Amino acid sequence: MEKDKVERFKAIIIGGSAGSLSVLLEVLPQLSQDISAAIIIVLHRKSTTDSLLVELFSSKTSVPVSEAAEKELIEPGKIYVAPADYHLLIEQDFSFSFDASEKINFSRPSIDVSFESAAEVFRESLVGILLSGANADGVVGLQAIRSFGGTTIAQRPDTAEVPYMPEQAIQQVAMDFILSPPEIADFLNGQIRI
Amino acid sequence: MEQGRISDEELEILLNDLLEQHGYDFTEYAHASLKRRINRLASLDKFPSFAELRFRLKNDEGYLKRFVEEISVNVTEMFRDPLFYKTLREEVLPVLATYPLIRIWHAGCATGEEVYSLAIVLKELKLLEKSLLYATDINPSVLETARKGIFPLSQMKIYSENYVEAGGSQEFSQYYTANYDFAKMDEELKKRIILATHNLVSDHSFNVFHLILCRNVLIYFNKDLQDRVFRLFDDSLEKLGFLALGAKETIRFSSIAGSYQLQGKEKIWRKIK
Repeated sequence: MEKDKVERFKAIIIGGSAGSLSVLLEVLPQLSQDISAAIIIVLHRKSTTDSLLVELFSSKTSVPVSEAAEKELIEPGKIYVAPADYHLLIEQDFSFSFDASEKINFSRPSIDVSFESAAEVFRESLVGILLSGANADGVVGLQAIRSFGGTTIAQRPDTAEVPYMPEQAIQQVAMDFILSPPEIADFLNGQIRI
Repeated sequence: MEQGRISDEELEILLNDLLEQHGYDFTEYAHASLKRRINRLASLDKFPSFAELRFRLKNDEGYLKRFVEEISVNVTEMFRDPLFYKTLREEVLPVLATYPLIRIWHAGCATGEEVYSLAIVLKELKLLEKSLLYATDINPSVLETARKGIFPLSQMKIYSENYVEAGGSQEFSQYYTANYDFAKMDEELKKRIILATHNLVSDHSFNVFHLILCRNVLIYFNKDLQDRVFRLFDDSLEKLGFLALGAKETIRFSSIAGSYQLQGKEKIWRKIK
């Protein structure tokens, strides 16, 4: 039904902080191999664990996982992980760009920065998911995703190790879905429709 | 400026104004980061509309200066990526030690923390006296900070840890004098540093070097501009010289890649032909 539109593939951007790693480790093994969206993961973490995180995620899914590279074109059907210590942005040509400027919400990468940037580029083709965490980074970003016509999802707070982040999102931004980790997996596999 | 965000069309207009009216060429900067910096500044300075920001830039020299300073990123630290400095110390500088005079260019040095870091390593290797460190940036006000060599004392604990991780074995505090909340870098470190404005977008090669460092600058440029800057570096580098970039930057997809060989794990390439 969207045949006449410019082909803009779907993208799913996932942000998380404290307590979000276990959610991803639960969700990734359930991902179906022929996922048609690009998945971008932005996590708060120490700067030394870059390659470890990619390896860890790779071991959990057959969907290809790599660290987002500077100027790399985003492709559907792949998982990209934001590198530590840079803000991850998305250009109008669907490539990644980096920014080493000041931390936002005490974080670099900041979830807000990536969400806002992705919102402008992917617009209604974007789904933003905010997971467990102890600060409110990502809430402003979800607001941007919503105002550009994208879909907003928060992890169900009672399933989050640290519920503050999804709670803030739910309080401040209208959510399309509030989902538990298994439901997030179903959503990513297209079993919950927008 | 819908919802406090500058649109792509507005960005184009602004970049054209800056170029035509003021000679600043940001047209080939990566747009996503540029937009974010402009949005941040517009919200900080409370511009109610794009038109008002544009008007102010057109008519207020003082504000233009602030704008240019604020949209370029000047975040840096001493011994940023300590393992990079360890590699310089252990593998690169000993090779350069054979030259009678070591010429180094630090392009886009911002407030100079990394220049002082390199000066410290050179001093410890007893190479500082025969080295010249050219440190350049587009932005005169950050160079002024670099010239003073005065940094917040609160940062020194982290810098000291970075220094140790980078292979330093002296007492880091010997390199600065603490005064209230500031640390003033040792005058001796400055003696071989030459600071100058240089615009990688529009200025040419000005010397030939044995080592060029340009870290976390190219990420702000688009691909075409990156490639032009790589050729500028190639023109400015001696054969068998070294080119050092930021942790996420690479020459791999550039037109000069064929003449360079990556040295180990850090982003340091050697010019082999």
